[in-house]
Amino acid sequence: MNKGRLTFIGLGLFDEKDISLKGLNEIKNCDKVYAEFYTAKLTGANISKIEKTIGKHVEILSREETERGDKILKSAKDKHVGFLTCGDPMTATTHIDLRLRAANMRIKTRVIHGSSIVTAVPGLLGLQNYKFGRTTTIAYPEKDYFPTSPYQIIKENKEIGLHTLVLLDIQADKERYMTANEGMKLLLKMEEKHGEDLFNEDSVICVVARAGSPKPIVVADTIKNLIDRDFNPPFHTLVIPGKLHFIEIEALKTLAQLPAQQIRKLQKL
Amino acid sequence: MGKKEDNIKKAKNLMNKLNYIRNIGIAAHIDHGKTTLSDNLLAGCGMMSEDLAGKQLVLDYDEQEQDRGITINTASASMVHEFEGSEYLINLLDTPGHVDFGGDVTRAMRAVDGCIVLVCAVEGAMPQTETVIRQALREKVKPILFINKVDRLINELRVTPEEMQQRFVKIIAKFNELLNRVVPEEFKGKWDVKVEDGSVAFGSAYYNWATSAPYMKKSGLSFKDIYNYCNNNDQKTLAKKSTIHEVLLDMVIDHLPPPIEAQKYRIPHIWKGDQDSELGKNMINTRESGPLALMITKIIMDPHAGEVAVGRMYSGKIERGQEVYVAGMPKVNRVQQVNLMVGADRIPVDYVSAGNIVAVTGIRDAIAGSTVTGDSDAEPFERIVHVSEPVVTVAVEAKNMKDLPKLIEVLRSISKADPSIQVDINQETGENLISGMGELHLEITDYRIRNEYGVDIVTSEPIVVYRESVAKKSTQKFEGKSPNKHNRFYIEVEPLPKNIVKALYDNEIPQNIKKHKNDVIKKLQELGMTKDIAKGVFSIQGLNIIADITKGIQYLFETRELIKEAFSGVMKSGPTANEPCQGLLIRLVDAKLHEDAIHRGPAQVIPAVRNAIYGSITSSDPIILEPMQKVFISTPQELMGDASKELNQRRAVVRDMINDKDMVNIDAKAPVAEMFGFASAIRSATGGRVLWNTENLGFEPLPRQLQPEIVKQVRERKGLKPEPNPAGYYMD
Ligand SMILES: Nc1nc2c(ncn2[C@@H]2O[C@H](COP(=O)(O)OP(=O)(O)O)[C@@H](O)[C@H]2O)c(=O)[nH]1
Repeated sequence: MNKGRLTFIGLGLFDEKDISLKGLNEIKNCDKVYAEFYTAKLTGANISKIEKTIGKHVEILSREETERGDKILKSAKDKHVGFLTCGDPMTATTHIDLRLRAANMRIKTRVIHGSSIVTAVPGLLGLQNYKFGRTTTIAYPEKDYFPTSPYQIIKENKEIGLHTLVLLDIQADKERYMTANEGMKLLLKMEEKHGEDLFNEDSVICVVARAGSPKPIVVADTIKNLIDRDFNPPFHTLVIPGKLHFIEIEALKTLAQLPAQQIRKLQKL
Repeated sequence: MGKKEDNIKKAKNLMNKLNYIRNIGIAAHIDHGKTTLSDNLLAGCGMMSEDLAGKQLVLDYDEQEQDRGITINTASASMVHEFEGSEYLINLLDTPGHVDFGGDVTRAMRAVDGCIVLVCAVEGAMPQTETVIRQALREKVKPILFINKVDRLINELRVTPEEMQQRFVKIIAKFNELLNRVVPEEFKGKWDVKVEDGSVAFGSAYYNWATSAPYMKKSGLSFKDIYNYCNNNDQKTLAKKSTIHEVLLDMVIDHLPPPIEAQKYRIPHIWKGDQDSELGKNMINTRESGPLALMITKIIMDPHAGEVAVGRMYSGKIERGQEVYVAGMPKVNRVQQVNLMVGADRIPVDYVSAGNIVAVTGIRDAIAGSTVTGDSDAEPFERIVHVSEPVVTVAVEAKNMKDLPKLIEVLRSISKADPSIQVDINQETGENLISGMGELHLEITDYRIRNEYGVDIVTSEPIVVYRESVAKKSTQKFEGKSPNKHNRFYIEVEPLPKNIVKALYDNEIPQNIKKHKNDVIKKLQELGMTKDIAKGVFSIQGLNIIADITKGIQYLFETRELIKEAFSGVMKSGPTANEPCQGLLIRLVDAKLHEDAIHRGPAQVIPAVRNAIYGSITSSDPIILEPMQKVFISTPQELMGDASKELNQRRAVVRDMINDKDMVNIDAKAPVAEMFGFASAIRSATGGRVLWNTENLGFEPLPRQLQPEIVKQVRERKGLKPEPNPAGYYMD
């Protein structure tokens, strides 16, 4: 019978200590461990620290190798393979395709979760998970490619009073991580292009930098006041608030230093 | 003050008298006497010393052209001529006669409004006569006729005056027939040439005389007199009484339009921008006060001044220090020197205005065919270079490694001056490819690199360029997946109908689809495309079209430019042999995209679409097209067998064979690949007594039985594995 197994293990958010105990034990039982860091990386840790923690060699796969999947699937045919990814393996970076292909090859699969940016950011800001609409990502514009669908998604969310979690492009292979400042600039550019008056320099925005680290930055203020502020190393994430519940306003005030003037404005809405 | 200086002064004064300007070209079948005529016209106008004419070859200032006796490049020269009491400025652009370089001819035609077509009285209209007439009319350039080498009729063939007249009648009838095949509707019947009104002249370029019906009246010299002068071997007197430049320039002024008249109907034809815009109106009215519009027809390399751009001013004026834009290039260029051209001399002037020919330095971004304006967004003139032209390639290497940087520089500069030369530079391997319109074209380029630019090179044997296409319509859509498997594109391919391919080839469909959406849809529907497909067309690459016929797929629009990029990449290098594609209609029939933009960026969409197109071509009976040539041979009866034998060995098909006295004219069609070395083969087979020339005919399917071998050869040459990938390869 097929003794192949493929376990997706989430490394969580920040450093090598974010992995769950369960994940750690699982790795110890693996015959072979792969990891990918092209969509995200653990800012607070490097690979040797991870290897030391888990006591095993980890083979890092490039984007191409991960997408092709052949290496992982081949070893998972008759071995127990662990595949490490940042965050929660099936969340922001989706590895569902790999899992389905494995399942089709009758390889047993399993997911061991890690903490994800998708829940960490609302958590840090004190915003309620129930009140978020669709998540979107701002991509680095490239020649002939400046997708503005994030604008549409923010708009749809806003229309029904929901917040939008705005992830920022990570191109780990090129060591390029979009900063909150770049993200805000691109949002304003999209506004300029579509002109539906969704936000402007005076709109309130939330920035979270380095979620999961001991010293994350968590702030809420107008775009104008934040667009030039230095939020230090990656990763950065934005939230465009929709309609705020009074507890949420209070949370932004207490946890994210939302200025009093803005609070009064928001309360009037 | 010498006559030349005097003329230069007059020329400067005439520049803004639009009714007193003519921009003309001279075109002919090779050897019918174009160079001889051009020189004598210039000499007659005092632009060069008279006894040098015929020897100096002002217009053929490429040394090598003299060696070969072929006019290759187009230079320009201005002349002053008096007609009915007024002085006129005639700007003559030399149009090359050899068809291997068709791009050059068409560009020169773009810059002129009228054209003298030379036909040799002995040979009559020849294949290139037809070609030049077609090229002129395609640009709405009005042709008039000069029957040359009349002296030979009298002195060599000893024809009677009656026979001579019959010959003229025949040539004129043939000329009008050729003209009427392609004349624009609005000029039907109006542009026919007639002896009576003086739109036909005849004479001898070599002996420097000519005449026409009006000139006979003016000079009192009758047809009979002329015949007698020739017969009595006194053409010198004839040349004094009925000088060629007088007769022909009178004819030019009388029958060819001034710019102010010609631009009215030529601008809407060669410029597809808004005719009611400021630029449009000023061009139509040839206004000096309008915004700058200059079309570059030629780049000349000058040892001192560097690159000199020669072109036609359609609107505004150009002066030293002016800031200009070359369409499609982002940077401002600053005009350095502005000149009128007189033979090989450039005469610096303060400015040159609309309706004239100018030679400018400093427009660094310009290549032959560029549009120069004062506004970076201005609509350029219609494209001239045919998309599918280069058919032959050679690899060039610098003999000495140290010359490599210089060679690369030279190659770039050559392709600027002659855009029908395509240069592919490979910095890594040091192997550089030059592609051109024929074996001779590349030989000449080779010669130039060695002699004009002084770089010693080694060139490979010539190889032909192939095209890829499909023989049938896809039976089902082909799915292309992105590397992350979250995006899928579904493509179907089919051969484009011949008439659409032809329309693309003839530049009848605007390339900038975004800007001319409605025109494109209308034109394609007229050509028989269904409305649904025509409406979906969003990119044209070479002779291929891609249409999006999906409906309401969210976010698809965001990936449009990426799809174009993939499409363009595949059209430049197809799946079968990495050769360019031709005649394909690619239809995007469905797509499935990931919700988040981050998972459908360039790295995902481009490979997905590329695979879908590759796969659908591969599964729709892919074929290889090879370039074909028309081969026209004129051989004495007794050598007919040898000539035919040469053709038979080359997969040639004889289309027509006409006996003409003791000569046989063979019209055949043969693959370019088989024609390599034909020149020396036929020369040695027939002792050089056979005249021949070739003309490119475009691409046709390679016989099926040859396809696998050719594909293998091409692939191996390119370092690919010998067999193309099966369709399955493109599925994931
Ligand atoms: N007898 C005679 N020979 C001519 C005449 N015009 C040109 N030729 C000769 O024909 C040959 C080709 O002329 P050329 O001007 O080079 O022709 P092109 O190829 O059209 O430029 C040359 O040997 C000329 O001397 C003419 O009117 N009479």
